Amino acid sequence: MSEKPLSVEVKKITPYLWEIPKKGDMLVPGRIYGDEETIQSLLKDVEEKRGGGFTPAIVQVLNVAMLPGIQKASIAMADIHPGYGFAIGGVGAFDIDEGVISVAGVGFDINCGVRVLTTPLDREDVEAKKEELANQLFRDVPAGLGSHGDIRLTPSEIDDVLINGAEFAVKRGYGFPEDLEYIEENGKVQNADPDNVSRKAKERQFRQVGTLGSGNHYLEVQWVEEIYDIKAADAYGIHKNQILIAIHCGSRALGHQIGTDYLQTLAEASRKYNIPIRERELVCAPFKSPEGQRYWTAVNCGINCAFANRQAISHLTRKAVSHVFGIEMRDIKLLYDVGHNTVKLETHEIDGNKKKLLVHRKGATRAFAAGRDEVPAAYRDVGQPLLVGGTMGTASYILFGTQKGMEECFGSAVHGAGRAMSREKAKRQWRGDELIHELAQKGILIKSRSKAGVAEEAPGAYKDVDRVVDIVHGAGVNKKVAKVRPLVCVKG
Amino acid sequence: MPYTYLDHEADVGIRAIGSTLEEAFEEGAKAMLNVMWDISTIEERQNVSIGSEARDIPELFVEALNEILFKQDVEGLALARFQVNGISMMNGRYRLTGIAYGEPLNFEKHTVKTEVKAATYAGLLYKEKEGQHIVQCILDV
Repeated sequence: MSEKPLSVEVKKITPYLWEIPKKGDMLVPGRIYGDEETIQSLLKDVEEKRGGGFTPAIVQVLNVAMLPGIQKASIAMADIHPGYGFAIGGVGAFDIDEGVISVAGVGFDINCGVRVLTTPLDREDVEAKKEELANQLFRDVPAGLGSHGDIRLTPSEIDDVLINGAEFAVKRGYGFPEDLEYIEENGKVQNADPDNVSRKAKERQFRQVGTLGSGNHYLEVQWVEEIYDIKAADAYGIHKNQILIAIHCGSRALGHQIGTDYLQTLAEASRKYNIPIRERELVCAPFKSPEGQRYWTAVNCGINCAFANRQAISHLTRKAVSHVFGIEMRDIKLLYDVGHNTVKLETHEIDGNKKKLLVHRKGATRAFAAGRDEVPAAYRDVGQPLLVGGTMGTASYILFGTQKGMEECFGSAVHGAGRAMSREKAKRQWRGDELIHELAQKGILIKSRSKAGVAEEAPGAYKDVDRVVDIVHGAGVNKKVAKVRPLVCVKG
Repeated sequence: MPYTYLDHEADVGIRAIGSTLEEAFEEGAKAMLNVMWDISTIEERQNVSIGSEARDIPELFVEALNEILFKQDVEGLALARFQVNGISMMNGRYRLTGIAYGEPLNFEKHTVKTEVKAATYAGLLYKEKEGQHIVQCILDV
């Protein structure tokens, strides 16, 4: 339940950026990327919940602005909607000495993210064999609740996954060494200590590496409908009509269990260190405290696990596509892989000085600009690719990060369309089988074991992804490269 | 109905009511399991024991739900019902023991819905009003 709602005053800075001035216990202002409509709907939500209800997203942005050590502003990207603790789309950067680390700033699906593969195929090639491809992918890529991967791990191998991430998968023959260059942090973050991950968490992962999961996770075959920036598209190796494959999934049960385990640890820590939290889910620990460091080194294991998972799924995808079209697996290249539920140590400029910060992104993607060392050499003149997932019936986008984004929002991006309607409402409004039929008539094949899951993910339950992307593009923090549309979607 | 689903944009809110605290927890667990499966398709042929502890009742509710998720996952089960054997307080901590019932997951037989990643502290609430116990939280799906 929300605390007594604040009276929220919102100031327009530009048509696409709004500020909630610092007030009361806030240490920094709140800043939200959005247009008039975004802000009106956020304020309406606050009004409607005055009598009680779950915490509105805008109040969550303000709650984060009150956490110790927060820098510059508590930020929300244009796909903002209510989350747990942090708003989805939330970005919070903290001083590493004074600041905190929070479970809610990462979420339970640690390093959930998107990767995109490019293929040498064009739309026409796939249209001719769409059904066959859909069936092959659905057979080969384990998806949905309770599914298991064909990789079975021993306890010592699990630790290897947690330390080495995507590199582990490549070593096991899942993918190619050159893939690693095109994954954020080369698919392996440092400071991962498997000893701080519970046996329970590891036990849940023995059979789950290489599985998609359910909910909003998917594997999608897409075609490039429009190119906005030729230089960037050339650098990324994409062109009009080309077939791309997007994979959206995370760290599976291991990540969920790390989140669950540390929720309790950080709840204790919040009391121990007397951290003023406005909502129970916002539990956190000082980053440098023993509890904070334990969570940090565990969350890095979750991040690596998700990288390994997406790497394994890519291999299964390549196999399926190469089988159907008789093309070389190596010709299906990795464009990029980005997480959107993460916490990372990054260097940013604060008041003209370079400073190491702990940046939480909950439903937001890192979006580094041209010139940053973290961006793969082939893309360094353009900026980091941003992979923004739409819905199974609408467009997805590829964008790049800009210098303005580095200055304004710690180099961050939207992560998707953002939900506009609850799953329950969606299920009341749509039927899974009818949706599948409707989309098939539009040329989009959906494969899923769960009809209810399809209804929950109805395109109409999401915000308009075109508008969300236009906001960040207009704000200048992310820039459009290409728009893609789905042909086949395997849902969890 | 002793449990209801509450609207939340991204996730699923559950609220359960019981004439005892134990019953409210049981209904809450049923609400969660029914997000994952059509629980009417699950027979009670197997069971797993559930034990959790926490510093207060709301956190105990979340712990119990997460323990059910854990057991269900590692045992490869589809669970349909939770029975609380007892909730007690020891050394300032609440403890719960119980049993969850179901059977091995079978895609031919069970109607699969949506994975619950975790029960969270968001929207977490426990209250007792006129002999009714109410528990509530948001599930991350």
